[in-house]
Amino acid sequence: MGLIFKNETFRDDFTFSNSPAAIKRFPFPFPEDRYMYTVNIEPHVPGPKGSVYEFPIDIDEHYLADMRDRALVLQEDPLRCQSLPHMLTAEWDLVELLMTSLSESYPEHFTLTREGDNWHWINRPMGIEQKFIFGDVATLPYRPMEYISRQCQGDFCLLDQRDGDLWMDAGIVSSQADWSLDFDVGMSFKEWHAPVPMAHEVGVFDRALKFLLNMQQGKPVRRLNWTMTINPRLDTSPENYHKWGKDRTTVTPENVGDKVHLRVELQGLWRLPRSNALVFSIRAYLIKMEELVTVPKWARRLHRVLKTLPEPIADYKGTTRYRQTTIDWLAKYDDGAPTSKGCWPD
Amino acid sequence: MLSTGIISRPVYPGLAADLKARHNLFIIEGEGAAAVLDLAAKTPAGFFERSTLLYCPAGSAGKDYEKQLEGLKPKALWTFPTPATVMFRLKGVLQTATMGTRLYITGTEPFIGLALKEALEAGIDHKSLITEHRGSAKRRVQCVHCKGFTENVVTNPVTCNHCGLNLLVRDHYSRRLGAFQGVCIDAEVPGEAPAPEEIFR
Amino acid sequence: MTGEAEFRVRVAETETVAEGIRRLRLVPLGRSALPLFSGGAHVVLTMQDDGRVLRNPYSLMGSPFDASSYQISVLRTADSRGGSIYVHNKLRDGSELSISAPVNLFPIDRRARRHLLIAGGIGVTPFMAMMEQLEREELPFELHYCMRSKTGGAYWSWLRDIYGRRVNTYFDDLQQKLPLRRLVENQPLGTHLYVCGPSGMIDWVLNEARDAGWPEENLHFERFSAPPAGAPFTVELAKSRCTLNVEPTQSILEAIEAAGLVAPCLCRGGACGQCESGIVSCDGTIEHNDHFLTDAEKASGGKIMICVSRLKNAGGRIVLDL
Repeated sequence: MGLIFKNETFRDDFTFSNSPAAIKRFPFPFPEDRYMYTVNIEPHVPGPKGSVYEFPIDIDEHYLADMRDRALVLQEDPLRCQSLPHMLTAEWDLVELLMTSLSESYPEHFTLTREGDNWHWINRPMGIEQKFIFGDVATLPYRPMEYISRQCQGDFCLLDQRDGDLWMDAGIVSSQADWSLDFDVGMSFKEWHAPVPMAHEVGVFDRALKFLLNMQQGKPVRRLNWTMTINPRLDTSPENYHKWGKDRTTVTPENVGDKVHLRVELQGLWRLPRSNALVFSIRAYLIKMEELVTVPKWARRLHRVLKTLPEPIADYKGTTRYRQTTIDWLAKYDDGAPTSKGCWPD
Repeated sequence: MLSTGIISRPVYPGLAADLKARHNLFIIEGEGAAAVLDLAAKTPAGFFERSTLLYCPAGSAGKDYEKQLEGLKPKALWTFPTPATVMFRLKGVLQTATMGTRLYITGTEPFIGLALKEALEAGIDHKSLITEHRGSAKRRVQCVHCKGFTENVVTNPVTCNHCGLNLLVRDHYSRRLGAFQGVCIDAEVPGEAPAPEEIFR
Repeated sequence: MTGEAEFRVRVAETETVAEGIRRLRLVPLGRSALPLFSGGAHVVLTMQDDGRVLRNPYSLMGSPFDASSYQISVLRTADSRGGSIYVHNKLRDGSELSISAPVNLFPIDRRARRHLLIAGGIGVTPFMAMMEQLEREELPFELHYCMRSKTGGAYWSWLRDIYGRRVNTYFDDLQQKLPLRRLVENQPLGTHLYVCGPSGMIDWVLNEARDAGWPEENLHFERFSAPPAGAPFTVELAKSRCTLNVEPTQSILEAIEAAGLVAPCLCRGGACGQCESGIVSCDGTIEHNDHFLTDAEKASGGKIMICVSRLKNAGGRIVLDL
């Protein structure tokens, strides 16, 4: 695979950047020149080689830096990882899903050997080797969900299915776009989505819930979600909002290219075998404007999407203060030419 | 973060008698007593013989609710000086309660939230609880930043009692925590915030 | 969609375990393992019987931790569609068939302080997988298992050996009655009750529990019901623009699947709501056989559960928003 893991930061001096390869594979989320709210769920099947969809769980050049940032988040605030007592079986299901996925997709980096319940896990990039008994919490240095998610990019939520609904009863959330796991733990599907504007009226969540309740093993699905972030900060949690909120006022016409980031979440959902729960993965990708505009199609398209974004959505995504400045900066990359449908670069 | 109009705030459908319950456990604060008396007018004889009432007069101390509740001739009526002492008794009662016990909670929203948490801890599903809001619309707010709870919140925004940040009181509510979410209202431009307005009366 | 054939399997073992009850072990073809599953799950067997396609759900009774095979047990009934008769008469060692991925509509509620399991006859099968899981996860449970007779009941001796005092048996022919009232009277708060067995028994257990003041949230049940047979009629799919004949022993859902189309569904027994379809128009009387729609919804004539419900009249015609 030839992945070279970068040494960069998602806080303080913000040395994060994307290599040209990372830019090309960025999951640009807009297939058309205007904003459309859809649930846009599709089967999570293997995508083009080298793309973020190639493997069920995507590891990229930011892996080690991402995991270091997660460790820092958990060090400062352990409540970013919580699990209600009845979710232990689901946590083990997650360990199995992630370890088998990583070892099958990236055999040069990860190895898993299993003899019954005796498992042997090797994570070469992080220098971890662990023998443990699957199902026995005392044989791992952390509880199962925390153990494996400290070695896997993306936030993970475990959703208990009961009473015709889904309940966010466990999760590790250190790279969220502004929602609090600690607050939302225990909520039902519509309850935790309550802050999302406009979608409730048109029954989007009723249909989505019905679809998710019907999900079966072996048929995962995925969708993209997007927002914008100032500086390549992974931890844009409400908990720290009083620290990063003012970043939104630091955007000037001169620094848009460096500071304004498009943040896309690749969300995956899998049905888990032993617990019958669903796992919801939220994998964030960041790209700064000056990297994005190296793909002319994306530059034109993003300009047009931001111009047509309805106010409540722009507000909910936190872009109010810098949206116009960003639109103005992008305007010089939009020659008005027609742009092909779909998200891939031309 | 500055958006308003969230639709997730809880709804308390109102007291209705579960005539099949073997035992009814009422947890009542202040004006909630009036809700129980209203219910009593609609229930058949015998219902309150199977009921235990835990009552904290709170802000309604001047009224004679206690006497009226006694008049229902419940199996037991226990009166407590504060919500916290009600919850202490409730916790004890729930430890030995059996299936067939139905809980009814009525009073202010923070009071309902406290009792609900005890019920959840005792293994009762929140949908099994019968609730009615009476009295002030004051809120319990958790500061998402320091996780501290600020009680008896009547204004928006409100100052966090623990860390001092100026908080927007959202309608986003957590059953598990029994509180609304408070988020720093002037994180982007410190000091730029509307004056507190008393809106949760 | 769900219920569709996903895995080819071979019958590796059959055994008559009690009067009229046959156990089958199914091993995967073309792969080394089947998916692990959660206790309470079932698979849908797709059986080809003389040109007719039968799809019936059966609970997985084997260990949820054994990926090498699945086990089901089937009671032979005089059911007019012939599913159980096919399993008893036509499936032999070596028979090949297709099964769906496991689906769980009868899961354990792991928040429970205690799990009270009540089984009637073949309804014990989902509990067998559940108990293995409860045991491994160290969650408290007890089983109350009602059977016609010792020779007509399956696995009771084996279950007693494994789970000891947690298994209580009641044989009709020995006048042993399930002490249901006592059972539901004094369970500690946080107990969850699960019942599976003949429909009449399920109704009796649920009503006793409700009369004892149990809230719905603590009651769980699974009915083994096959779609009833009836008169033939026509169904028109407004969106797909086609018209299909529904045979007497075929459900609307099966008629749609036989035509190569796909409709949302999950339990195939009228309980889960996934197959709810809008009615555009109807020439005939609807026979609602489901447990999902409210009385008002059934009376309104606007919705129908296509996996079990049909038209009463031969030659009737119903137009669906599909």
